[in-house]
Amino acid sequence: MGALRVVCYVNQFFGQLGGEDKAGVGPQALDGAVGAARAVAQALGDAGTVVATVVCGDNYAAEQSERAVAEMLALVTAQGPDLLIAGPAFLAGRYGVACGALCAAVQSTLKIPAVTGMHAENPGVDLYRRHLYIVQTGGEAARMLDEVRRVVALGLKLARAESVGAPAVDGYFARGVTRNVVVGVNAAERATAMLLDKLAGRPFASEVPLPTFQSVPAPRLMKTLEGATIALVTDGGLVPQGNPDGIEALNATRYGAYSIEGKSGLDAAQYDNPHRGYDTSYVKQDPHRLVPVDVARELEQSGAIGKLHETVYSTVGVATTLAHSARMGREIAEQLRAAGVDAVILTST
Amino acid sequence: MTPVAVMVGANRIVPAAGIIHPLGNADLSPEDEKALRRRIVEQALRALQTEVAKPTVFAHD
Repeated sequence: MGALRVVCYVNQFFGQLGGEDKAGVGPQALDGAVGAARAVAQALGDAGTVVATVVCGDNYAAEQSERAVAEMLALVTAQGPDLLIAGPAFLAGRYGVACGALCAAVQSTLKIPAVTGMHAENPGVDLYRRHLYIVQTGGEAARMLDEVRRVVALGLKLARAESVGAPAVDGYFARGVTRNVVVGVNAAERATAMLLDKLAGRPFASEVPLPTFQSVPAPRLMKTLEGATIALVTDGGLVPQGNPDGIEALNATRYGAYSIEGKSGLDAAQYDNPHRGYDTSYVKQDPHRLVPVDVARELEQSGAIGKLHETVYSTVGVATTLAHSARMGREIAEQLRAAGVDAVILTST
Repeated sequence: MTPVAVMVGANRIVPAAGIIHPLGNADLSPEDEKALRRRIVEQALRALQTEVAKPTVFAHD
């Protein structure tokens, strides 16, 4: 492959249009390397040419992002590039989000690689790290050329379809991709070495970083129980016979919504359970051992609760990814809220 | 699995009767089993009426 055609994207500040006074300026393509893109040209050397620099004001990109991305995508497309390099955006939030959005659009529409750089706390990182290679930079542009060199190095690897190293090796934010590698030392020996490092107070890097869980403020029940609608939800895998939604036995990506309208209880003959994470035989004998419709219906009839919601939501919670769990939870919560449900009892195995 | 619920940040947690039958117990008579289930659900309803600022376990008898 000869010299690559590279397009850069920078904001109004790094494009030398001006400061906040120019943040409302719409996208334009300037010939060659302009402003911070000159660092990209320098880092590229003979490997590629910056054929154009797309410059767009941060407010324009943030306030009408879909339009801004579409306009910038058209400018990039017109250059017929092999690679897009956006930013780096450092700790600039509007800029980082715009870099991420443009890189994602260029990758998916033009099918060419795109790479950007940001500080770990730039909101663009969490929004786009799973979709893009985002090189980790400092918070400010003080070491611009060094950091641009790392962005360009990764961009060249991608453009040349060379294999990319692990996040720590090539300096980008982990994308949540697990890749098999062959190592010379077996797992027991590696784990023992890590434990010894830990006991001695030496730094060590886990091969299985634990997910971090966001804390969610606990909502208050805004009504008395006597006036509240309560829904039953479970991750224990109860489904109607035949599993009509095809909920997976593990690593579930789907959930079901099942009516209990007119039922004072659940007839075991009508239900099944595909969950492969526990012995489901007791729940199959009596589904109330998982989803307490019998008791909840009695509490409704006695007036202890206002209403039992007539739909039960169910999925299988075993080896289910955090991402799918969060998505399913969000979707179920939206449906419950739209149906006027005030509170949920979620039974889990 | 109560410690897991605390770790992932569930706010109102009621310990149940066991992994294989959280709201029942096959060793009990049907009447006692249903009474157990009712106690757990009623404890969940009490938890729902209680304000919490962090993951909180509501034990029941």
